[in-house]
Amino acid sequence: MSELLTINGLTKRFGGLTAVNAVSFSIHRGEVVGLLGPNGSGKTTVMNMISGHLAPTGGTIALGKETISGLAANRIALKGVARTFQLVRGLPSLTVAENVIAALAFGRQKLWGQAARTEALSRLDEVGLAHRADQSAQDLTYIDQKRMELARALAAQPELLLLDEWLAGLNPTELKTGIELIRSIQKRGVTILLVEHVMDAIRALCGRCVVMNAGRKIADGPTAEALADREVINAYLGDAHA
Amino acid sequence: MLVAALLSGLVLGGTYALVAMGLTLQYGISRIMNLAYGEMIIAAAFLAYVMFSTLGLNPIAGLLIAVPAGFALGYIVYGVMMSPLVRRARDKASLEIDSILATFGLLFVIQGIMLVTFGANFTSYSYLNDPVTIFGTVLAANRVLALVLAVVFGGGLYLLLTRTLWGTALRAVAVNPAAAPLVGIDVDRAARLAFALGGGLAAAGGVVISMYQTVTATSGVVFTMKALIVVIMGGVGNLIGALSAGLILGLVETFVATYVDPGLTLAATYMIFLAVLLWRPAGLFGRVAR
Amino acid sequence: MSRILSSALFIVIVAALACVPFVADSYGVTLGIGMLGYVTLATAWALFSGPTRYVSLATVAFFGIGAYTVAVFSETIPYPLLLVTAGAIGLAVALVVGLSTLRLAGVYFVIFTFGLAELVRQLVTWYEVNVTGTLGRYIFLPVTPEGIYWQLLGLAAITFLISWWIGRSRIGLALKVIGDDEIVAAHCGIDIARVKLALFAISSVIITLVGAIQAPRWTYVEPTIAFNPTISFLTLIMALLGGAHRLTGPLLGAVPLFLLFEWLSANFPNHYSIILGLIFIAIVFILPRGVLAFAEENWRRWRKTEIKNLPAVAE
Repeated sequence: MSELLTINGLTKRFGGLTAVNAVSFSIHRGEVVGLLGPNGSGKTTVMNMISGHLAPTGGTIALGKETISGLAANRIALKGVARTFQLVRGLPSLTVAENVIAALAFGRQKLWGQAARTEALSRLDEVGLAHRADQSAQDLTYIDQKRMELARALAAQPELLLLDEWLAGLNPTELKTGIELIRSIQKRGVTILLVEHVMDAIRALCGRCVVMNAGRKIADGPTAEALADREVINAYLGDAHA
Repeated sequence: MLVAALLSGLVLGGTYALVAMGLTLQYGISRIMNLAYGEMIIAAAFLAYVMFSTLGLNPIAGLLIAVPAGFALGYIVYGVMMSPLVRRARDKASLEIDSILATFGLLFVIQGIMLVTFGANFTSYSYLNDPVTIFGTVLAANRVLALVLAVVFGGGLYLLLTRTLWGTALRAVAVNPAAAPLVGIDVDRAARLAFALGGGLAAAGGVVISMYQTVTATSGVVFTMKALIVVIMGGVGNLIGALSAGLILGLVETFVATYVDPGLTLAATYMIFLAVLLWRPAGLFGRVAR
Repeated sequence: MSRILSSALFIVIVAALACVPFVADSYGVTLGIGMLGYVTLATAWALFSGPTRYVSLATVAFFGIGAYTVAVFSETIPYPLLLVTAGAIGLAVALVVGLSTLRLAGVYFVIFTFGLAELVRQLVTWYEVNVTGTLGRYIFLPVTPEGIYWQLLGLAAITFLISWWIGRSRIGLALKVIGDDEIVAAHCGIDIARVKLALFAISSVIITLVGAIQAPRWTYVEPTIAFNPTISFLTLIMALLGGAHRLTGPLLGAVPLFLLFEWLSANFPNHYSIILGLIFIAIVFILPRGVLAFAEENWRRWRKTEIKNLPAVAE
């Protein structure tokens, strides 16, 4: 298996605060990896640096053999990285279909016109939102906005998909559908890195987990092992429980 | 010549610093981008001129009238025009746009009133235009006085904001308007006071400027521009930043005027602005507010 | 069908307007020139500032560049080339301004454009005083008022077509995405700075051309005339009030407001700018949720009706 994402010594400082401190890990092509850690441990900052929303203070990120760290978000998107956001970001003045077309028109496919619409509808169908294609995005419920955001990310035809707490806030039925959906994406060969707090989902989806605490990587391995790690338990529950 | 340029630069820079401190209060604490700020300065300059030429009142005494008047005008403008905009604003961006548009209108109103009253001519008066020798350089006494006044006002304001409870409350609003009410600070009142203080400083600046510069009814835009540039250079809401940036701007302008060409001072100002924007968009001295 | 209808309507209106100089007196043509000028300015302004929400206060900087270029080169360059030169200079200035400010937060752009007209005015004054030794120039060009009217009509029609085309093109969608959320835009692969720069350049060149075409009307130009800040102000207010998001919005704002301002300046020449300022403040206040929200709500309401008319998509 070849490595799709290689992160080496990744560091981010905000003034005096070191949010991410010399983190290194890699993801194989086709893998689904969970990025875990308590709140404030730097997971979302790592995601933001991979997608180009934040520029790293130090270290490198490579996609395949190509270094992408330091590139602008739009350049990284064109290299094949797509994402959803922790706080869902719809485009409220556009319709649901236009939200997806945005990723088609400027992404790697450069689709426009009828071709873009057909493609957008099939992406929306995939997440179960085709019937709302011509509604205004701001009228969607929270879960539907999340679906739309995923459809938009898929439309970019990513090699690497970053899901930032995409499953958070779903009820048990929705969660089950959501997990199925992510599985089907994986089956198509998309590599996925997901930040998640829903443990059931992590166990169901991730073959491997990277665990962070206070900006450092504290564990990296098969999910069951990583979650059983002494330092991981300390990080989540405090020393008394170890 | 070098010492002369340095001294004139300090005088000009002191005035810019004084004026910019008022704007940094208005923008940093009240969150109002006041495009009519320069018009308030010019209005005070005209007021000083009228008091000097018709009532024989010297500008120092004029300050005693102009500064409270500027404070009152600021207070009223905020209360009548700005606070309804603040109250209805959905977010920072919509307040920013509304206040820019409203003060852009105000700019034309104040400018129009001044044009009707004073015409478009250059206006100045001669006060303390006697030579004083400092470090072997001859300087007009009114310029020295202008620098002294800028230092007095700037220093006074700094002490007011850092040493009093009231000033601390204002600074708290500048740093975090959302959290300030949690510690019992009335944000609306703080914003109104800051805007009024800014108006008072604009008036002080106007009187000081009128002592050694010629103004017209339409020169307000340039002062707003320069004050804005100083505010951004110094970091929004940062008084010491405004002070330092004001002095830098004054010195650069004077040096350009002395050694390059007086017609290119605004171009020099813009070059500094561009350099700061490209190099450190958060300001040379960091941002206190926001 | 409606597309054919609206293009037919567009052609008929332009053709009808082109006939105006044959029936109107000289005052009518003058009025027409002013109105077409502001319609074009407001539409061009909205082209950039509407979707990006970057409030440009620099309209007169470009307008003045156009007018002054014509004044400076009117005797050395033949007329059609004169307009090309003016447009090229406007483009160069727009690129410099855009490259340096459009990457930053909108407020820096506002501040930068606020003083830009004054900067250009001082630079032109400096150039004239130091290099050519004259301040103020006469423009003697064999262009009739009717000629100016037709040129402006042509420019207005082109501006509309550009605006219409952008609204339907990829750039149009990119602009809407950027207007909604710049972070999402970047993650969709949109080069935000480039899109903004392109739009700003197009808008600025059109504004420059309006100044260049109108310049011969003055016969005498000096920097204070060419760089009159009222022009920025009027353009802004017309576009915002009519709705900067709609193709015809700036037009709807420009026509009545131009007539109002024309009447005001004829009847209250001395208090003109005071009244203008008061009207502007009043507008900001009357629109209950802000000028921008008004413009956007208008646009949304219009869009909603458009969506309702579409055939429902299969479930």
